[in-house]
Amino acid sequence: MKYIVCLKQTPDTAELPKITPEQALKGNEGVTKVMNPWDEYAVEEGIRLKERFGGETVAMSVGPDEVDEALKSAIAMGCDRAVRLWDEAFADSDYWSMALILAKGIEKDGGADIVLTGKMSVDGNAGAVAHGIACKLGVSLLTQVAKIVEVGDGKITVERLLDEGRETVTAPLPAVISVVKEINEPRYPTFIRIRKASRAQIPVFSAADLGIDPAQVGAAAARVTWTNLVKPEPKKREVVIIEGDTPEEKARKLLEYLIDVEKVL
Amino acid sequence: MTILVWIDHHRGTVQPASWEAVGKARALAGDDKVVAVVMGQGVDDVAQQAIHYGADATYLYDDAVYAEFRYEPYTAAMKDAVSENDPALVLFPATTRGRDFSAFFACSADLGLAPDAQDVRFEDGKVVAKRPVYSGNMIATVEVKTTPAVVSLRPRTQPMPEADASRAGEVVRKGALMSEDEIPTKVEKFEEKEQGEVSLTDARIIVSGGRGVKGPEGFEPIRELAKVLGAAVGASRAAVDAGWISYDHQVGQTGKTVRPDVYIACGISGAIQHQAGMRESKIIVAINKDPEAPIFQIANYGIVDDLFKIVPALTEEAKKRLGK
Amino acid sequence: MHFWFNDEHEMLRNVVREFSEKEIRPKIRELDEKEEFDREILDKMAEMGFLGVCIPARYGGAGMDYIALGIVSEMLEWGDTAFRETISVHVALNSLAILQWGTEEQKQRWLVPQARGEKIACFGLTEPDAGSDVRNMRSRAVRKGDVYILNGEKMWITLADVADHFLVFAKTDPEAGHRGISAFLLERGMKGLKTGTIHGKMGARASNTGFIVMEDVEVPVENRLGEEGEGFKIAMSALDNGRYTVAAGATGVIRACLEESIAYAKQRVAFGRPIAEYQLVQQMIANMQQRLDIATLLTYRAGWMKNQGLRNTRETSLAKWYATEAAFASANEAIQIHGAYGYSNEYNVERYLRNAKGAVIYEGTSQIHTLLQAQYALGYRVDKPLRCELPPYDAEEWSREA
Repeated sequence: MKYIVCLKQTPDTAELPKITPEQALKGNEGVTKVMNPWDEYAVEEGIRLKERFGGETVAMSVGPDEVDEALKSAIAMGCDRAVRLWDEAFADSDYWSMALILAKGIEKDGGADIVLTGKMSVDGNAGAVAHGIACKLGVSLLTQVAKIVEVGDGKITVERLLDEGRETVTAPLPAVISVVKEINEPRYPTFIRIRKASRAQIPVFSAADLGIDPAQVGAAAARVTWTNLVKPEPKKREVVIIEGDTPEEKARKLLEYLIDVEKVL
Repeated sequence: MTILVWIDHHRGTVQPASWEAVGKARALAGDDKVVAVVMGQGVDDVAQQAIHYGADATYLYDDAVYAEFRYEPYTAAMKDAVSENDPALVLFPATTRGRDFSAFFACSADLGLAPDAQDVRFEDGKVVAKRPVYSGNMIATVEVKTTPAVVSLRPRTQPMPEADASRAGEVVRKGALMSEDEIPTKVEKFEEKEQGEVSLTDARIIVSGGRGVKGPEGFEPIRELAKVLGAAVGASRAAVDAGWISYDHQVGQTGKTVRPDVYIACGISGAIQHQAGMRESKIIVAINKDPEAPIFQIANYGIVDDLFKIVPALTEEAKKRLGK
Repeated sequence: MHFWFNDEHEMLRNVVREFSEKEIRPKIRELDEKEEFDREILDKMAEMGFLGVCIPARYGGAGMDYIALGIVSEMLEWGDTAFRETISVHVALNSLAILQWGTEEQKQRWLVPQARGEKIACFGLTEPDAGSDVRNMRSRAVRKGDVYILNGEKMWITLADVADHFLVFAKTDPEAGHRGISAFLLERGMKGLKTGTIHGKMGARASNTGFIVMEDVEVPVENRLGEEGEGFKIAMSALDNGRYTVAAGATGVIRACLEESIAYAKQRVAFGRPIAEYQLVQQMIANMQQRLDIATLLTYRAGWMKNQGLRNTRETSLAKWYATEAAFASANEAIQIHGAYGYSNEYNVERYLRNAKGAVIYEGTSQIHTLLQAQYALGYRVDKPLRCELPPYDAEEWSREA
């Protein structure tokens, strides 16, 4: 069995509020970058699959050199190796071009039985790349996966988390699965693995290596463009501090506001 | 300039955000057509409701293959509806299923996608959407270059239209476009979520606890107030990280983004990461004993006091006022 | 000459920071309040490789360098002092002493399980009546054939009640001053060896601190570390490593004080402006930044010297003296910036002040280090080569598996 985890390097969540629209549009946020937190669950599950069913787990990402850090973190957690896909032509690709690049990268690496991704990235927030990869590869797609029940006989059975409950689904392999936080608790890398990962050599594949026509990807091919980016305007609120001699009095006054003035209760 | 709207339901129970999307489509379409698309088995009622909420017609794909949401038959049906109606815009509610389906459909039809938008409009014949990015820390304006454009609309960002039972419209009935044998994905089991807890994203009222609740037992008074108000229970990351309450209650940058009518923050200081998940709430109430807590800067109403005194008092007073 | 950390160091720093953030910080207020040592956190540390960070892979360690030991200490103490103290005694004072002075048999027997985190180790030097004044220790070891009989009491011993292995010092020749001290490896379960916990400490309350009582403990001769009479040198060389981790940890305290002061000063409003805009607050922020940089440079210079195999007693002492005083001063100013809230346990800074005080006392008081520096400067003190030096770091050698 072979498992490929597609991950993204994103700003550290603590740094997100500090990023300005100008920095974001330039594609250089100027803040600490880490493995997208949602992708940690995909990496962990990729490693657990290897531990449960045997095989190899590979981390893959699209981006310039600095992305090696996130890939090395994946190796430190337990991935066997990593592959990076990068070409100037890939810059500013939309979701479906990104999915195409990853699909080509997966094929270049000899394919995978199971491709894993996180639910979404903390910067783009689209949560669409798994869907795109499945579409481009023409394989099964399973999303909102909270548990991998069984893998075998060319099939995978998972539990999906719906708003209404939990659904058990079986689909043929190969499959792309996007996982939710509930699926596992990502492990810390051991120090031994950190030492080894920090020295890992990560191969890079360009558009030519992947057989991608540069016109198919990048900004010019994008089906959507960001025309503007702003900090959300905080709603102007003037706080009314509710005073009173007793908690009961304060509670009563607050409810009067909410029920009689705002009419929201 | 027809607009298609996919109606998200689970076994006939419709996610209310679907109606918000119909309402938005109605407002955008003007005299043009709004066509609802419903897939399922024995869900004529849903098809009718879509018309009551503002659709001119409903394409109803009714067959056993549509009984549960699956990418293969649903995508085939959506492509069929698109080819028959030639829409300028295909709208989805940005519910969990709506986001998943819109993404897979858009990619397989090679269409541009604006996921989880808080607004959408036509501008010089192009579809332009506004959507939060960087986990709520920025708002992007997105132009979709394909026709049709695919947009999913975040729940509770659009007004809920009034249903009008007197509205009439055509229901175009369609059957299976592929046989069960052609669909490799099989749904084997479904376990319904335990009832009782209100879901955070749909909630009109949320009572939320933070570091100030001091422990798992500190959520008890918060749950009691939520029960009396019919509210969902939220939490800050500090409370979730400390293990006092499970992750599915987390509101904020790495949790859920909510926009209820009332958000009551109890013992939450209001770090910017928390604000990213709740600042769009209509009314924010802050209960905190630190008068300098940043939560008061974004609140409409504030009580500077111990939450363990105020919250139980609120529960008692609410019981009286709301007659429970 | 260069001043940056390599990829391995950066990755390690991020992981330990995350560990402190997620495993230590959410629990620490309660652990500190209840004076509780959290065995669960220790077990997680053991599993990840904290307990053998800079021990060669063939002795069960992670095979990183001495800079990595500093980084682990710094970022653990950024979480809380208690967990850095574990590293100080288990790795620096005990395991590195065995790596430096132990025979191959002793390394296999004691160091391997310690580096793997299977056994916890501590260091027993201080006594109820002898702290800085090591040569006046009362513990005695009397040789009888193939065993030594140990008697005595050790006090203020970190991990005393948790440890499986003990490196203790006792006099084999009471007449010979510091040349009469020898070092011994003891293990829990030896008859006559008892431990207990001391309560009521001002800081580092989530750390286990206790005492060791030895009543006619029979210790086989092969458990003696180094030669008879070499105990003082072993203890002092161990302190060169222990003090290094204390200095690194204190740097972590300064870092925490600075980060939290910046966050608070930007958020807290007084007289209509964030207090960060007031120059007297800025002065304190600037002080902390200055201390952080100095402490970092002094600490990692000592770590670099260890990697090179250079004697660093003076440099380590200077780093420890400076960083611990700087941590205390920074915690004091951090409280000032936090105002009344800083004085309460709503925020971390009051804990930092209590924690920082211990480190200006143990592993050489500031007074001891002041005198050391003067003696070095005046030429009254010169370090002589040791029979066994701490082995310099060699990447290939350290990563070689057994």
